[in-house]
Amino acid sequence: MIIKNQKDIPSSEITPPEVFQERRKFIQMLGLTLAGANMPSVFASENKLNFANLVKSTTLDNSLKPTPVELVKNYTNYYEFTFNKDDSTKLAQSMVIDPWSVEISGEVEKPATYHLEDILSQQTLEERIYRFRCVEGWSMVVPWVGFSLANLLKMAKPLSTAQFVKFTTIQQPETMPNQRDSKMFEFPYIEGLRIDEAMHPLTMLAVGMYGETLPKQNGAPLRLVVPWKYGFKSIKAIVKIELLKKPSLTTWNKSAPQEYGFYANVNPSVPHPRWSQNSERLLGSGFFTSRRQTELFNGYGEQVASLYQDMDLRHFF
Amino acid sequence: MNWLIKNLWASTIVVCLLPLLFLGFDVVFDNLGSNPIQALHIRLGDWSLRFLCIALTITPIQTITRWRGMTEYRQLFGLYTFFYTSLHLLVYLLVDHNFMWSLIATDIIESPYIWLGVFAYIVVFLLGVTSSKFAMKKLGKTWKKLHRWVYLAAIASVIHYFWQLKGNLAEPLLYAIIIFLLLGFRAFIWFTTRQLSKMMIPKGRSD
Repeated sequence: MIIKNQKDIPSSEITPPEVFQERRKFIQMLGLTLAGANMPSVFASENKLNFANLVKSTTLDNSLKPTPVELVKNYTNYYEFTFNKDDSTKLAQSMVIDPWSVEISGEVEKPATYHLEDILSQQTLEERIYRFRCVEGWSMVVPWVGFSLANLLKMAKPLSTAQFVKFTTIQQPETMPNQRDSKMFEFPYIEGLRIDEAMHPLTMLAVGMYGETLPKQNGAPLRLVVPWKYGFKSIKAIVKIELLKKPSLTTWNKSAPQEYGFYANVNPSVPHPRWSQNSERLLGSGFFTSRRQTELFNGYGEQVASLYQDMDLRHFF
Repeated sequence: MNWLIKNLWASTIVVCLLPLLFLGFDVVFDNLGSNPIQALHIRLGDWSLRFLCIALTITPIQTITRWRGMTEYRQLFGLYTFFYTSLHLLVYLLVDHNFMWSLIATDIIESPYIWLGVFAYIVVFLLGVTSSKFAMKKLGKTWKKLHRWVYLAAIASVIHYFWQLKGNLAEPLLYAIIIFLLLGFRAFIWFTTRQLSKMMIPKGRSD
C-alpha cells in the first residue's frame, strides 16, 4: 500500500534542492540561525552537555507552558525496551551511548561518519518549545534542545537526486531486550521523511530537553523531532541518516500499513482506523479538565501546510 | 479471618470495594503515573472485566459441584460489574471529557473500539437493572434470554480492550483466554446435553 502511495506522489510536490537555499532566507527570517555568537561549549565530561548560553528560538510560541519534566521523563514509548510507557525509564538506563557516531550516506556529495561531538561543535544549540502529539491520543509540550536537521544535512551536501531521508535507530541487542527477541518489529527501528520535510526549519535533531542532556528513555543522545507529525516519526537514538532517491519502508508503516502512514501528519479529521484523533489528553492537565481539541498539523499549519498543497491528506495519512 | 469466613456475604461485599479504595488512595497520593486520567480509566476497565469474569465463573462452579447455593453471589458479582463499568464510563465522560458532548460524540463515532464498549455497557446496564428477584419474576422466560446477552458483552469487552492497543497484547490475551474457557465450558455442556437429549428422543423426521 505504501508503495502505491509513494508512486502517487507527483514530482511537482518534491522540493528541488535549489529551494532549500531559498529556505535559508526563510530560516533567517524566522531568526532560527541568528545566534552563532553564543556557541555553547558542548565538550564536557560524563557525556553531559553544557547548555549555558542556550539560545531560545524567537519564532516559536514561547508562551507554551512546558509539561512538568517528570511526566515527560516517565512516559515514553521505547519498544526496543518495553511496550510499557513507564518501564522504559528504568530499562533504558543500560544503554551505551558514549561514544556515539552518526553515519550520513546515500545521495550526498560527502558521505561520512561523524562523532557526535564533531557534529555538535558545528551547531548552535537552541531551545525550542514544541507540542508533541502521540498517535495514541496524548500530548505534551517539550522544550527541546538541539538544531535544525537541515544544518546537518547541508554538511554532507545533498545531491539533487536526494528525495527522501531514512533514519535508523541503533541496534544494541545487548541492552535492548525486545531487539534480542525481535518482539513486534523487525529491528532496528526505521523512520523516514520527504526531503522537503527534512529540510524544513521546524524539523530538528534534539540532544537535550528542559536545559539538560536528553535522558536515555527520551532518545539520547540524538533524536529527531518533527512537531507536526505523530510522535512515532520522531525516531530516537539515531545512528544512520541516509539520503535516498526513493522512500524506505518505515517501521510502523511496515508493521500496520493501514493504520500508520508514511506521512503521519497530525490531523484531527483523519481518524486512526480504530480510534479517533480528534482530541488529545495533554499530560499534566488535571482531573475534570476536558481533553484538548487536536489541531491540524499539531498547530504548525502556518509553517508546514504548503508542503502538502494539493495532496489528499486522507489518502496520504 | 474467622470473622471473614463466618460472615462470608458481608465480607465479600466489603472485599469487592477494596479495588476502589486502593484506586482512591492512588488518586489522592498521585500514584497513577504521567497520565493519571488514562490510568484511572484503564484500572476501572480492568476491574469491570475481572468482575465480569468472576460472575461468569459461578455457573460453571454450580454445574461442576451440583450445588445451587451460589446464585446470590452471581448476582452480587454481576452488580459489581455494573458498578465498576459505570465508574469506568463516568470517568470517560466526566474526568476525561468534562462532559464536553461534542468531543465525546466525535470520539465515540470515530472509534470502533468504543462501539464495543458502549454495546457491552448497554448489556451490563440492562442486566444490572433487571437483576432483582422481582424483575426476574416479572420477566419470566424473557429474563433468561436477556441475561444470556452477557456472553456477547464479555466477548465485546475483550475485543474493546484488544482493539485500542498498539503494542502490548499480553494482558487482554489473558482475559480472552479466561473468557474463552468460561464460555467454552457452557458451550460444551450445552452441546453434550443436546446430544444426550437427541439420543433419548427418537427422531420424528429425518433431517
